[in-house]
Amino acid sequence: MQIKKELPEIFNDFGEMRKKSFMAAYELKQKDIPFVGTFCTYFPQEIALAMGACVVGLCSTSDETIPDAEKDLPRNLCPLIKSSYGFAKTDKCPYFYFSDLIVGETTCDGKKKMYEYLGEFKPVYTMELPNSQSPIALELWTKEVIKLKEKLESHFGTTITEDDIRKQIRIMNKVRRAMKEFYSLMKLEPVPLLGQDMFKVLYGSAYKFDKEALPGEIHALVEKIKAEYEQNPNKYPKAPRILVTGCPLGGGADKCVKAIEANGGHVVCFENCSGAKSFDREVDESNPDVYAAIAERYLSIGCSVMTPNRNRIELLDRLIDEFHIDAVVEVTLQACHTYNVEALSIKRFVNEKKGIPYMAIETDYSTSDIGQLNTRMAAFIEML
Amino acid sequence: MFTLGIDSGSTTTKGVLFDGEKIVRTGILPTSANPRDSIHKLYQSLYNDEVAYTVSTGYGRELLETADKQITEITCHARGAAFLNPTIRAVVDIGGQDCKAVLLDNGLNVVDFIMNDKCAAGTGRFIEVMMRILEEDIKNIDSFVEGHEPINITSMCTVFAESEIVSLLAKGADKGDIALGIINSICRRTSFFAQKLNLTGDIFFSGGLAQFEIFRSTLESYLKIPVHTSPLSQYAGAIGAAVIGYNKVKRQA
Ligand code: SF4
Ligand code: SF4
Repeated sequence: MQIKKELPEIFNDFGEMRKKSFMAAYELKQKDIPFVGTFCTYFPQEIALAMGACVVGLCSTSDETIPDAEKDLPRNLCPLIKSSYGFAKTDKCPYFYFSDLIVGETTCDGKKKMYEYLGEFKPVYTMELPNSQSPIALELWTKEVIKLKEKLESHFGTTITEDDIRKQIRIMNKVRRAMKEFYSLMKLEPVPLLGQDMFKVLYGSAYKFDKEALPGEIHALVEKIKAEYEQNPNKYPKAPRILVTGCPLGGGADKCVKAIEANGGHVVCFENCSGAKSFDREVDESNPDVYAAIAERYLSIGCSVMTPNRNRIELLDRLIDEFHIDAVVEVTLQACHTYNVEALSIKRFVNEKKGIPYMAIETDYSTSDIGQLNTRMAAFIEML
Repeated sequence: MFTLGIDSGSTTTKGVLFDGEKIVRTGILPTSANPRDSIHKLYQSLYNDEVAYTVSTGYGRELLETADKQITEITCHARGAAFLNPTIRAVVDIGGQDCKAVLLDNGLNVVDFIMNDKCAAGTGRFIEVMMRILEEDIKNIDSFVEGHEPINITSMCTVFAESEIVSLLAKGADKGDIALGIINSICRRTSFFAQKLNLTGDIFFSGGLAQFEIFRSTLESYLKIPVHTSPLSQYAGAIGAAVIGYNKVKRQA
């Protein structure tokens, strides 16, 4: 197939920032690099990377395109789904626009139904993600990983060898270790950087397409931060150490992180997608069956779309101890049923098993609730 | 030595002067369209040379630049309520535009809270709008509903409840019966909301509506837990602010 190389018609109407990110994607496309667009941490990246594609995250977190999306989708749907769909429809996101194939998974109900409409105007392939982590589920997911490889091969007219995949497993494991090294900096007390800055790096790393170069860059950043910290360990005063969990945050919901840090708290750990959830586990390099190894690693991600979702609790348990967490803030998106329902069991775990306070905030990508958010966060931190 | 606590709420601005043992002066003003003016006016009317520390709280807490500290209404309401009645273990506050429930531990510290700040139903605003349609002054509510039979108000939303009441009036329903129905509706909703915190100990009811016995007793019947108020209930936030301020000064000394 022909990969998409030209800029969209509405390009000239865009602001500078957006033009810039379009041009960055455009240049990659001129080098004949295909784009595979994804929506979820469950997407087995190594398979697409093995054919030399860029894996681009399409989860959009701005309310800009929500009105466009609401022409087709119900209003009381998670803003992440609406925003993403809206960007796809309006050609305003370079990654959407340049994606030669979009791969979704049957995660939450809203997303999987949205893919059906998305498929009307974009090439979409949906993987069947089981909603539990049983042996049968793993069997299905392993087959789905192999099917994805076959789909990519036929869609792009290429072949993906096991050696290519193995190589990418090693590269991505290095990325995971580097990201872990980076976010583990926050184990320091007092902290060496603000949680909102840490988040930018975590989130931004998904848009660094040279995965081989990424660990080096991250490592250099870690060294730089460490050196600065040695010079001035008290740059940030001691403050209650907060772990943030819940729905993917992206750019639109980082207002919650800012509200925490503007009101006397310090976000030292993100369990969300973009945070520990995406980097914590590695793919087993010693497993001769690359598909089984990949399937096993991805299926064990602890997201609320799984039932039961023990791995989220297991990860939270570890993070709360390792990062000396004083309190947990769960950020959920409006109408995200799986996270909103699971909030109760997270609260119980945090209050009863870990003996620390927990607060849930339900929000969206608008700025209308910033005043209330500030009051809530200030009151929560006053209570610590 | 005194400390000053000022609570800039959405409907009224309240202030108290505290001498370490009792509340020596109180002041209240409508917040009006200009909360900055109200908070400054109240500050000037209560301030004197012996005021060692001022704490502001409430929505407009940031508008008083001369305050030594700003603390949220959650913490202040809890502290104020515990000052007025140390036996309580929770606070339910129905404010002008929000509603909150706060859970305290045995040391009277805040351990958990919830806020409803997304919807006017379940707040003082709801009552305000409904009383306007009934053309009754909230001040006389206790005598107004005495001996009446509540009419069930089914609409959850302020706008729909408004039209429900208009049509009840058109059908000739008794105003006192409607008013009691409205009170039941808001108290029922408040109790469902507050029960999310698994309340067990006695409750302090604060906010402007707490001065009316009918709200207290209705709330108590839904919550099935003793509900207390105080003549100073409306000042709970300001009192908490002043008490916290006093403790800060003492600790610094
Ligand atoms: S929160 Fe769950 S469904 Fe959403 S991107 Fe992350 S893993 Fe996927
Ligand atoms: S935030 Fe929740 S509802 Fe939204 S896409 Fe993720 S899992 Fe689905």
